[in-house]
Amino acid sequence: MRGDEPQPSALGFGGQSGFGANPSFMDLLGQGNPGAAQPLQPPAGFPIPHGTTILALKFEGGVVMAGDRRATEGFSIADEKIEKVFQADDFSCVAIAGAAGQATEIVKLFQVELEHYEKVQGDRLSLEGKANRLAQMIRQNFPMALQGLVVVPLFGGYDERRAEGRLFRYDATGGRWEEENFLSTGSGGKAAKTTLKKRWRSGLSRAEAVRAAVEALRDASEEDVATGGPDPVRGIFPSTKVISSEGVEEVPVEEVRAAYDELISGPE
Amino acid sequence: MKDRSDYARKGIGRGKSVVALEYSDGLLFLAENPSATLHKISEIYDRISFAGVGKYSEFEDLRISGIRLADYRGFAYGREDVNAKTLANAYSQALSAIFTQQMKPFEVEILVGQVGDTPAENELYHVLFDGSVTDEHGFVGIGGRAEDLTQHLQDSFKEGWDLKAAVRAAVTALAETEEREVPADQTEAAVLDRNRSRRKFRRLTDDDVASLLSS
Repeated sequence: MRGDEPQPSALGFGGQSGFGANPSFMDLLGQGNPGAAQPLQPPAGFPIPHGTTILALKFEGGVVMAGDRRATEGFSIADEKIEKVFQADDFSCVAIAGAAGQATEIVKLFQVELEHYEKVQGDRLSLEGKANRLAQMIRQNFPMALQGLVVVPLFGGYDERRAEGRLFRYDATGGRWEEENFLSTGSGGKAAKTTLKKRWRSGLSRAEAVRAAVEALRDASEEDVATGGPDPVRGIFPSTKVISSEGVEEVPVEEVRAAYDELISGPE
Repeated sequence: MKDRSDYARKGIGRGKSVVALEYSDGLLFLAENPSATLHKISEIYDRISFAGVGKYSEFEDLRISGIRLADYRGFAYGREDVNAKTLANAYSQALSAIFTQQMKPFEVEILVGQVGDTPAENELYHVLFDGSVTDEHGFVGIGGRAEDLTQHLQDSFKEGWDLKAAVRAAVTALAETEEREVPADQTEAAVLDRNRSRRKFRRLTDDDVASLLSS
């Protein structure tokens, strides 16, 4: 819980001020607790779980986003089944690398922020608007980033107005860049990017894009200790989501497993 | 106090009415509303919706306050901890305070509905301009001619009917009360459908309503 609940005014909860209704949930939280923006600062070297490799690439109908399942805490494995790709709203997803606790909180706040705006305004934010909002949230986390709690997300979605998938990457200061074709980040991001560079071409089908994502994460897990590889024995595979004009769809684990099997069964 | 009540009733009477009906899959809200963008019915939270009649600026203010309360509680505690009863109480308190303390009372009547996992768990609260709350079952009409409307609904209501029957009954009740035709493109309708995933609220387009009314 972040702080005291905002006091209801005579006009109802968190009464209106200024001109027009403020559709931001973040501002509402700030109203309840002005100190919310100043986080506690953990001592340096404090053990904190970190999420690692995430990636996203465009295909002909939208965007595929995927992440490995490992979280590390120093040289230990904190979690082998963590989820790093989250549905943000009906037409977008956010994937996170970095301090896992901090990142999960940002994702949760981002999800509520988008839904809150949609309900108050009666309209979804544009994809551009969502990407900007996320940038502002990452920028607010900058004091924590300086303490080592860096959160670096990828944001991808289907732009209903332009009728195409779009990708955005961020840095720890809240810098935001739109990416043309594919991107990856996290400790294994470099290795994943090499694979994506080889596999990506324009007009990929959905299945080809899922295969490329699985291959890139497999390669990352072979180059980077902090990236978890597919584990067919225990049935742990990268979490993969597809965003298209139909909305967000979790790729079934059987499909990811099949893509992985195809990958190891030899050259195509 | 009587002056205030009369003033509020008069204000509410000038606006158009809203009906709410339980049907087999959840709750239906339907209003006569020529505007396609200025809504009387709206989503509050996963299972909860809101409908208001009377002065637009005032029930819009209540609607936004409700969304804020619900989103805040859901974020601070858990999504399943947000319920219609809490909201109805908050509205009741706010409207009661406004009625007794402010220069003028709000000229509004509102409904807060929540769809349950079974029809028996549905909740529907009716909050008046002075903060009084009633717990409704099956059907309710709010607005200037609520009594007539509710009477019409009482005559046609059948427990466990489907959406098609409920939409027809709602449109018929509105038309009979107002003594004029209510075509599909003059309606605003939404459902809380328990078969949907997390967010149960769905607006029915004019085409949806038209196709439910025809055949």
